Amino acid sequence: MSLIHIAWRNFCHRALSSFLTTFSLALGVGLVVLVLSIYGVISEAFTRNASVGYNLVVGPKGSPLQLTLNSVFYLSQPIENLPYTEYMEFLPQDERAAMVSQFGGDPELAKRDGRYAPYIAGGFAIPLALGDYFGEFRVVGTTPDFFTELKHGPDVNEDFTFREGRAFQDFSPEHSYFEAVVGARVAKEMKVNLGDKFYPTHGDPSGHGHELGFTVVGILDPTGTPNDRAAFVNLEGFYLMDGHAKPVEATEQSETDDENILDEAIDAEESNETQPTTDTALNNNTPATKGASQGPTEAGTNDAASDSTANSTDARSADEYRLLSIPEREVTSILIRNGNIMFAPGMQNAINEGIRSQAAAPIGEINKLMTFIVGPLMTALLVITVITCIVAAVGILVSIYNSMNDRRRDIAIMRALGARRSTVTSIIVFESFQVALIGTIAGWLLAHAAIVMYSSQIEDQTGVQVSFFTTSNSEILVLPLVLVLALIAALLPAWAAYRTDVGSNLSA
Amino acid sequence: MTKLLDINQLKKSFRQPEGGRLVVLDIPEFQIDKGEQVALIGQSGGGKTTLLHLIAGLLSPDQGSIRIAGHEITGLSEQGRDRFRAETIGYVFQTFNLLPAFTAIENVRLGMAFGSGKHQNARAADLLDRVGLKDRFNYRPSQLSVGQQQRVAIARSLAGRPQLLLADEPTANVDPSSADSVLLLIRDTCREEDVSLLTVTHDMQIASSFDRIEKLDEINQVDHTPASSA
Repeated sequence: MSLIHIAWRNFCHRALSSFLTTFSLALGVGLVVLVLSIYGVISEAFTRNASVGYNLVVGPKGSPLQLTLNSVFYLSQPIENLPYTEYMEFLPQDERAAMVSQFGGDPELAKRDGRYAPYIAGGFAIPLALGDYFGEFRVVGTTPDFFTELKHGPDVNEDFTFREGRAFQDFSPEHSYFEAVVGARVAKEMKVNLGDKFYPTHGDPSGHGHELGFTVVGILDPTGTPNDRAAFVNLEGFYLMDGHAKPVEATEQSETDDENILDEAIDAEESNETQPTTDTALNNNTPATKGASQGPTEAGTNDAASDSTANSTDARSADEYRLLSIPEREVTSILIRNGNIMFAPGMQNAINEGIRSQAAAPIGEINKLMTFIVGPLMTALLVITVITCIVAAVGILVSIYNSMNDRRRDIAIMRALGARRSTVTSIIVFESFQVALIGTIAGWLLAHAAIVMYSSQIEDQTGVQVSFFTTSNSEILVLPLVLVLALIAALLPAWAAYRTDVGSNLSA
Repeated sequence: MTKLLDINQLKKSFRQPEGGRLVVLDIPEFQIDKGEQVALIGQSGGGKTTLLHLIAGLLSPDQGSIRIAGHEITGLSEQGRDRFRAETIGYVFQTFNLLPAFTAIENVRLGMAFGSGKHQNARAADLLDRVGLKDRFNYRPSQLSVGQQQRVAIARSLAGRPQLLLADEPTANVDPSSADSVLLLIRDTCREEDVSLLTVTHDMQIASSFDRIEKLDEINQVDHTPASSA
């Protein structure tokens, strides 16, 4: 008969006491495992969602974390908007010329590569325009490149796929400006089907509704990213909605001397811009964009959009819409992927040294968020739950120690049968370990059962898929920790067992 | 005959609460031969249980020698005595002292758990069978009668194949009608196992059936007679 078997018999003999002690420990362990799992889910959700195929986000000056949260996770409010010309700084001359030709703007813009275009070479720059809502979900104005260039998945190599339909396209006789693609969760919660039309609200979920509607042409498969909870619309259609044109004349009239000083500073900065030292960069003579931000502007540029009605938008031809000119256009942020990742730090520095915009690395910002905000909070929570485990371990001590009066005779009998002091001590320690082991396993099972119960909600909210056996690396430390606590808890009763007097207890 | 137990100049005293020491035993010599069955009688408080504890190695003497099967146990460490006890000595208690958490057969197996021999389930089953508890293997002590509990205790004491069985008033808590059968069981089983037996009792009728009767008063030099009756 092994000592573990003897300890197990003692455990079973005091069934109620053993159960209550083990259960309290299981609850403590369950809390610890839950906290670790939640931390793991949050960490994974933020980290993998920050890895969607681009390495930088460019937006107005302000908090890089806020920029990351609103542009990557569609959380928080946008800081401000950037002029469209800032987006054009990431484009080569031919694309800029095509834009000037199509939308109208300062001809000087068409004469040079964008300042940051050499850094992009081989990569992409995708504009985002935020500010509208579809229900509680963000409406994201962007270009069709969003669905072809961006990737997702654990290895960031999976293309967006569609449960139904397709991505929206650039304007053509077959495709209007008012096509939309909705994420999987949007489709589910807003009960959207292909061909449905929705009317974004301006500013917040309860804001006034735009008159122009978007027709759903595609529903994305779930990606486990924030894109599941966004409605994507054609950027041109986004611009055509009322209130989305920058009021250029009014702005011109109200510009202050300070703003003129800012423009001058930007001009000076641009003229001193240093290009990357690659062949591509060297071959691009990037001229300064003096006065590039102001193109020809007409009063009432968004009248066409304002006057249109929701029911007739799709039927209109391109001529019926007056597309916004470049000065009237703004973007909330720009998703950047450098063709050569080695250019990213240089470009980030160049942008951040400027006055108007900033570039943030989403993964870096999320790591900061996890390290400096979420991490300490989770650590505090973890400390509290570990204290719960310690309290449960004290429960083991109290339970076993209180039973020592009953056990002294048993111990004396075993000693009379030849058991050494160390043997009876070991039996007490084994019994404590049994409580710890069963409590830890039960706690782990309870926690993971709870996680599985809420797995669909977790996936909906965070995009992270969890199963019963989804574990965080730290969980493996729980059992050794609890065993150490159990050993400490067993020391006092084990010492009492060690010192049990055989003679007096045999005759008791 | 070969001496299995050989005690010489054994002295044992205990510290008293008010100070000083109370000498309990002072035995110049005492022997038991191999296979012999001896009844030791004496008055309550005379040191009978203390003597058994000394022989079992549960207590250390102040001085003197205790040799069992040729081994001097007073020179052994506590661990050594524990091991020697587990392998050489069986013990039957007055109050049976079965462990309540264990079944009958597990209690018997406990008698083999702390020695170096194998824990033979078959041996435990055989012993329970021989004491008439073949159909009570999985009963807990609380489910057994007093007589059955003492039978389990006897089986347990012999489980480790001891050379010497110490029985401390084994029939004191058994009803008179069962006392004879319990005693007979102990003696017969010891004969079958070739185990020497030292039984402590204060019942002369029981003692009279043994090979030899020793009176503790006679072998112990300490006078335990109450002062008022002296």
